[in-house]
Amino acid sequence: MSGIFASMLDGLLIGSIYGLAAMGLSLIWGVMNVINLTHGAMIALGMFGTYLLYSALTTSPYLLLLPIIGGGLILGIVVYWIAIHWVIGRPMLMSLLSTFAINMMIIGTGTALWSTSPYNVNFSLPGLTIGEYTFTGNHIAAASAAVVIALALQLFLSKTRPGKAIRAVTDNREAAELMGISSTTVLALAFGMGIALAAASGALVSTLFPFTILSGAVYQLKSFVVTVLAGLGKPFGALVAGMLLGLLEGVVTPFIAVSWIPLIEFALFVVVLVAFPKGIFGKAAS
Amino acid sequence: MKRVILFAFLLFVFLAPVVLAQQTITVGFTVSKTGALNVDSLEQYRGFELWRDQINAAGGIKAGGKSYQVQFVNYDDESNSKRVQQLYSRMILQEKADFLFSPYSSSLTATAAVVTEQYGKIMLTSGAAEEKTYKLGNHYLYQMFAPAMHYLEVALDALKSKDPKATVAFVYEDASFSVAVVTPAIDYAKKLGFNVVFTEAYAPNTTDFGPILDKLIASKATVLLGGGHYTDGSTLARQLYGRKASLKMITLLVAPDSSQWVELGDAGQGVMVPSQWEPQTTFKAQYGPSGADFEKAYIAKYNSPPSYESAGGYACGLILQRAIELAGGLDNNKVAQALDATDITTFYGQTRFSAASSDHGLQVGHSLVLAQWQKDKSGKLSKQVVWPLAARSADMLYPIR
Repeated sequence: MSGIFASMLDGLLIGSIYGLAAMGLSLIWGVMNVINLTHGAMIALGMFGTYLLYSALTTSPYLLLLPIIGGGLILGIVVYWIAIHWVIGRPMLMSLLSTFAINMMIIGTGTALWSTSPYNVNFSLPGLTIGEYTFTGNHIAAASAAVVIALALQLFLSKTRPGKAIRAVTDNREAAELMGISSTTVLALAFGMGIALAAASGALVSTLFPFTILSGAVYQLKSFVVTVLAGLGKPFGALVAGMLLGLLEGVVTPFIAVSWIPLIEFALFVVVLVAFPKGIFGKAAS
Repeated sequence: MKRVILFAFLLFVFLAPVVLAQQTITVGFTVSKTGALNVDSLEQYRGFELWRDQINAAGGIKAGGKSYQVQFVNYDDESNSKRVQQLYSRMILQEKADFLFSPYSSSLTATAAVVTEQYGKIMLTSGAAEEKTYKLGNHYLYQMFAPAMHYLEVALDALKSKDPKATVAFVYEDASFSVAVVTPAIDYAKKLGFNVVFTEAYAPNTTDFGPILDKLIASKATVLLGGGHYTDGSTLARQLYGRKASLKMITLLVAPDSSQWVELGDAGQGVMVPSQWEPQTTFKAQYGPSGADFEKAYIAKYNSPPSYESAGGYACGLILQRAIELAGGLDNNKVAQALDATDITTFYGQTRFSAASSDHGLQVGHSLVLAQWQKDKSGKLSKQVVWPLAARSADMLYPIR
């Protein structure tokens, strides 16, 4: 196997996690028009949730995804009622400030509890070796879990009654309310689901790399790039865009220093905003 | 008479604290209790702390007919240079620190040195190997570590003896210390006739080495040199092992010296580290405890073996102590003169500072060894000195896998 194909495959694996992380941001953005600045902190909480549960239960961290998603959903709904509900429909700056404040509270509390020293989830699965290159079992499992969660979300949104309600509120909140849908309940659920997705992506990242309470910031930035690439409010598009972003990283890294990658990603961010303001999947989704 | 007694009493009340305070030496420094430098910085701090506790238990530093108890003022710098700048100013101006020890790492020390020089305060540095800071015309800065340019020379010399045709890659943290180590090491490798097939610096907060490792494997390098500090170095070693990179030799800076390295298990085996000091290095101490006594006291206090950061921290205290004794007190300039004239061997090895104005305070007496993590007969990982041959405690394991 040549180096570039190995690099591309690596990029796809990590890109699926970028995609999952971005799905939460995209869902919240699309449904309630809120740019959720707690996103990075929630990803970090997913990492620490996995670490704490794994330390206590020593079971597979992939099984721990269920309590992490459940915990994220509940936390998201609580945060919605505390900080989001009161600013829905008001200028976007209000929700930005509100979510930023919650983000700072989580970071501050997390720093006090766990410091900013790195933590590891010491769990490893056997990898897959092709020629000279080995793809770790954790990367493969994390990417697979990300795709499964994304598909489950897609099924939930398209096949279930609450999922259809979320889509209805996304399309036209007033019309949905006239049809008897409680938009407040739907918004709370959507925010909870967005946070659950962020926490799940954090849980998967924790099985791959060391992390601190500040580690979510990197994935939050990548989530913005992916969300813009996919088009605002298109969760499944975010997964595909995340994989494309990972693939792009894989294609370019053999030729340039890795430290140039953020520059390329944010240049792409600007180009997409200017050339495709609705994202590369904008037309199809609309 | 009453007035005289009252006057004497008031004089005692007001002057006693001043007189008593003079019996205490305040040494200030920051510790990275949190952040990326936490592991290495804590080990350095333990060295400071053990020295303080031992010297105070022995009655303090005796100079000019007085005994001085050592007290510390220290704060968490969060591995952040902005905090270092604020805290060193605070320790000098508000806490009235008599002398300073450096924070951990070259970059944080460079920031601290600006402040200590501004106020003309002596600072002994440990864990700060980059030469540049000592070439800025500083007058009160003294380096305990052998300079950065020598770090990888020991590894390349050892490699030359084992495999002169090895192909070498350098993957290292894009931070002042590791850049200062690797830049001359690349030249040295070429001078020794090695084919340097891949070099890349990574951001200090890197956790995903996958893209770099793909390039490393594609380069067909057989030897990897580099790293930076504990967090990135241990992550790099884990990911090299996870990806089954077929390297014959891995030498990383700083990280493998920590006793926490055993937590890496098989991923840590065979990895080498250029070291400022190892328990196996036996120097005949002209001053202070022997290496065995230091190691024994350290293990008794912390229940883990000392690293070279710990030894460097303790040696900072010893060298400052000796300079105060020779100066006969706390006068800043007299202590600086004593430090300038230092040429002594302690358990840590030789210490001598450059007196030249071009690089005043640079360490010119101390030398490095190369240590390697090897499994003993019971399968337990332990660190052995493998280079130079005269100082080795075990043969070098090559290839490592």
